[in-house]
Amino acid sequence: MTSSTGSSAYPLLSVLIFSPLLAAAVAACLRHDRALRWWTLLATLGVAGLSLPLYQRFDPGTAAFQFVERARWIPALRIEYAVGVDGISLVLVLLTTGLLPLCVLASWRYITTRVREFMIGLLVLETAMIGVFCALDFVLFFLFWEAMLIPMALLIGVWGGPRKVYAAIKFFIYTMAGSVFLLVAIIALFLETGSFSLPALMERQYPLVFQCWVFAAFFVSFAIKVPMFPFHTWLPAAHVEAPTAGSVILASVLLKMGTYGFLRLSLPITPDATRLFLPYLTWLSVAAILYGGLAALAQTDLKKLVAYSSVGHMGFATLGIFTLTKAGLEGAILQMVNHGITTGALFIAVGLIYERLHTRDLAAAAGLGRHVPVFAAFLGVFALSSLAFPGTNSFIGEFLALAGAFEYAKPVALAAVPGVVLAAAYMLRLLQKVAYGGPCNPEHRGVPDLDAREILTLAPLLVFVFWIGLKPGPFVRLFEQSVLHLLAQTGAGPLPTPAATP
Amino acid sequence: MAFLPELVLLLGALGLFGLSLGEARGCAARRSALGVAAATILAALAAFGQDGVLFDGAYRVDAFSQLLKLLIAGGFLLVLLLGGDLPDIPVEVKPEYHLFLTLSVCGLTLLVSCVDVITLFVALELAAFPLYFLVAMRRERAGQRVQMESAIKYLLFGVSANGLMLFGLSYLYGLTGTTSLPVMVPKLAENLASPAAIAGLALTFCGLFYKLAVFPFHFWTPDVYQGASNETTGLVASLPKLGAVAVFVRFAALAAPEDRVLPAMFSVLAAASMFYGNLIALAQTDLKRLLGFSGIAHAGYALVGFVALDAAGYSAALYYTAAYLFMALACFAVLALLAPDGRNLALADLAGLHRRSPLLALTLGVGVFGLAGIPPFAGFMGKLTLLTAAWAKGHFALVILTVVNSAIAIYYYLVMAREAFFRDAPEAAPVRLRWPARVLCLSLIAVILALGVAPGRFLESLNSSLAWTRDAAANAGLSATVLPVKQPQAPLRP
Repeated sequence: MTSSTGSSAYPLLSVLIFSPLLAAAVAACLRHDRALRWWTLLATLGVAGLSLPLYQRFDPGTAAFQFVERARWIPALRIEYAVGVDGISLVLVLLTTGLLPLCVLASWRYITTRVREFMIGLLVLETAMIGVFCALDFVLFFLFWEAMLIPMALLIGVWGGPRKVYAAIKFFIYTMAGSVFLLVAIIALFLETGSFSLPALMERQYPLVFQCWVFAAFFVSFAIKVPMFPFHTWLPAAHVEAPTAGSVILASVLLKMGTYGFLRLSLPITPDATRLFLPYLTWLSVAAILYGGLAALAQTDLKKLVAYSSVGHMGFATLGIFTLTKAGLEGAILQMVNHGITTGALFIAVGLIYERLHTRDLAAAAGLGRHVPVFAAFLGVFALSSLAFPGTNSFIGEFLALAGAFEYAKPVALAAVPGVVLAAAYMLRLLQKVAYGGPCNPEHRGVPDLDAREILTLAPLLVFVFWIGLKPGPFVRLFEQSVLHLLAQTGAGPLPTPAATP
Repeated sequence: MAFLPELVLLLGALGLFGLSLGEARGCAARRSALGVAAATILAALAAFGQDGVLFDGAYRVDAFSQLLKLLIAGGFLLVLLLGGDLPDIPVEVKPEYHLFLTLSVCGLTLLVSCVDVITLFVALELAAFPLYFLVAMRRERAGQRVQMESAIKYLLFGVSANGLMLFGLSYLYGLTGTTSLPVMVPKLAENLASPAAIAGLALTFCGLFYKLAVFPFHFWTPDVYQGASNETTGLVASLPKLGAVAVFVRFAALAAPEDRVLPAMFSVLAAASMFYGNLIALAQTDLKRLLGFSGIAHAGYALVGFVALDAAGYSAALYYTAAYLFMALACFAVLALLAPDGRNLALADLAGLHRRSPLLALTLGVGVFGLAGIPPFAGFMGKLTLLTAAWAKGHFALVILTVVNSAIAIYYYLVMAREAFFRDAPEAAPVRLRWPARVLCLSLIAVILALGVAPGRFLESLNSSLAWTRDAAANAGLSATVLPVKQPQAPLRP
C-alpha cells in the first residue's frame, strides 16, 4: 500500500519509526541488566545507522517532502498514515537518532534499578519522537506527540530525584493541558477542510479570524512545550528531578517539538495570524532570553542552572523563527540543533559530577576540575559553546538569529543582546567554579577522571560542536530550500488587506 | 440461526438454574458459565451478518444488533474472567450468581434487537433485575450491610426511572397508536414539534439516563459501586452501558435531525454530568467511588455524540461506549485481582503496584490513560470522533466544555497512575496472577490498543450497521420539511 517518492526501495521512514518499538519488544524479553544495556545500545546505534541513508539520499535541492509514504489507516475518519521529511524535520530526526545511543551510555551506571523498564521507556520514546518529526497527517502527528508524554513522565517519576513525583505530574499536566488545545485546532481544521493531511492543510487559505483562533490554540500548545517565557515553570522542576538521560532527551529533543510545531504548523497554516502576532511573539522571546539568563545567574544547583539556560537558548530559537527572515529561520533551526548538542552535553556533564559527588551543588563541586582534567576540558568546551563563543556551534546559530532580528526590528535585537552577555556570565561562573574555584576540597581527592565509556559519550557531541561551529555550510544547506519555501508560504510581507477577512 | 446467541444464553441460564438447585458447587457453575460465554461468542460469530425479523416485527436481527451482540458476548467472557472464583460472594449462592449474571447478559442481547417498545421494556427489565440481586449478593462483613443498602438504592432508582420511561412511552403510543419503532418513526415525525412528542421522548430517555448514570439520574452510581463486590461493580459499570447506548440510538433516531429541544437537553445534561463527575472524582479516595464518578463523566462524554442526532454522532457514541467498556473493565480487573479478599481498595492501596505486579500496573496504566483520552489508546480516538461529530453540527460550546473536562479529568487519572508507578510500598507482597487473570489483562490491553490504533474496521462496521438511522433520518427530515407547508392548511380542514 505504500508508495515512495524518494529514491529508497524500502519504506525507510516507517522502518526508522518502528524499529525502536521492535527493539523495545525484544528488550521486554531480556532478563539480565548487562544484556539489556548492550541490547539497547546496539539497537539505538542500529537506528542511528538506519537514519544515515536518509542523510545520503536526501535531496537538499528541493523543499518538497521526501521519502513520502502514504497508506490507508482509518478511512472511516479520513485519517491516513502519511510520513515524510523535509530539510527541517531531517536534521531533527538525525539529532534524535544520534543522541539516543549517548543517552543509553549516560545511563549505563546511573540507572541501577528496573533497567529493563527504563530501556523500554527510552526506546518507546524514540519511536514517538521520530514519529512526530516525520508525521504528515495531523492525527498521526498528535498521536506521536501525546505518546511521548507517558514514557517521559515515567522516566522522570520512577527514576528521578527526591521530588520526582511532583515534577512528573507537573510536566504531564502542563503538556497535556496544552495539547488539549492542539486537539481542538485539529478538529477545527478538519471541519474546515475535510482533511487531516498536513500538506493539504498548508495549501489552503483561511479567513483571518479563523486563523487567529487556530494560531492561539497552536501557540498555547507549542509555547508550553518550548517552553516560552510565561509557560516555562514546569521545565526546571522536570529537568532537575529527571535522570541524566531523561534530562538530555527533554532538553535536546522534546523542547524542539515546540519550535518544530511553530515551523511545521503555525507558520504555514496560519501565516496571516502569525504576522499579526509577530511583535508580541518576538518580545516574549526576548523576555525568555533575558529571564532565562538572569535566573540561571542566580542558581546554585548545577542542573537548575543548565535548565534555566535552556529557557534562554530556546528564546533565541523562537526569536529567530518569529523574525520571519531567512537568516532568522536558519539561525533558529541551527540553534535548535545546537541546543540539542550543547545542552545535552552539559546535562551529561552534570550527571557525571552527580555520579561522582552525589550532589549537584555548585559550591560542593568547586575545584573539582583539578582532579579530573579530562572532564574539565570537556566541560570547558561545552560551556564555551553554550555561551556562543566564536568557533563553536552556538555562535553561528545565535549570530544568525540575531542577524534576523536586526533585519526584523532593531529594538528587538538590541534588547536580546544582553542575553548573550548573561550567558557568558553564568557559564563562565560555572566553569570557573568547577574547574578552578575554591580551596582544595579533600573530598575530591580520589575522584576518578572520565573512563572510556564516558569519553565516548561526550566525544561525538564535541565533534559536532566544532564541526557546526567551523563549517556550518553543509548543515544549513540541508534545510535552506525548506526555509525559503516556508518563507514563501508565510508570505513574509505586509499584512493582508481587509479583503482577505471574511 | 439468526437467533442463536440468545438461544445459547437462555439454554445456558437454564442449565445454571439446574445447577443451582442441587448442592452449591461454585466451581462447576463457574466452568459452565465460562462455557456458555465461549459458546455465545461462537454463536454471535456464526450469526454475524445475518438478518431477520421475528415475532411479527417486534424483534429485528440486523447488522447493528449482531455487532453489539458480539461485543456483549466478548464483554461477558471478560467479566467472568474478571470475577475469577468470586472471592466476595458467599459460597452457597455462587451458582445463583452465575445464573443471574447469564440472565442479565441474555437480557442485554435481547435488548439490542428489540424494535418494539413492549419487548424492549421487557428486555430492559430482564437485563436490570438480575443486577439488583447480584449487588445484594456480596458477603456480609461484621457490622456492615452496605451491600443491602446499595441494592435497595439501585432497585428504587431503577424502578422510578423505569416508571418515567413507561410514562414517556405511553405518550409516544398515544401520539402514534403503535408500539413498533419502525412504524412509529414516520408517524411521530408529523407530530414532532408538539410538546407531547418532546415530553414523551424526554421521559423515555430518562430511563436510559439512569442506566447510563447521566446527571441527574446518577445518584445510585457511587453508592452501588462502593457497596457491590469488586467483580459485580465491574459488570455494572460496563456491559449495561453498552445496552443503554444501543437503545438510546433506537430512540434518538425517532427525533428529527434538525430538532432543537433534544440536543439542548442532551447538551445541558452532558455538560452537567461531565462537570459533576469529574469535579467530585477529584476528591475521592475510594477507588470504586472514584471510578463511579468518572463513569458519570464518561456518560456525559457519550451523550455528546447524541447531540449531533446523526449517524456520525451515534457511531461515535457507540464506539466510545465500546472503548469505555474495555477501559473500565481494565481498571476493575486490576481492583478485583489486587484484592483477593474482596475488600474495597483505596487509592493508597495501589502504591508500589509496578513492583508488586508489573502486568497489573500496565493494565491499570492502559486503562487509566485510555480513560483520560491519551493516544494511542482507544479513549483518544473515541473523543476525536465524538468531538468531530458534535462540532460538525455546530455545538462548539459543548466541544469546548468537553475539552475542558478532559483536562480536569487528567488529574485524578494521573493520581491513580502516580500511586501505581511512582510510589513505593516496600512491605507490600508481590501479587501472583494465575493464567486466566493473565489472559484477561493481556486481552484487555490488546483490545484497548487495537481499538485505539486500528479502529478502521470497527468504525466501518459501526457506520454500515447504522444505515437504518439514515433512512429514519431521511424519513423524518422529509416529513419535517413538509410540516411547515402542511400547517397553514390545517385551519382549513375542519
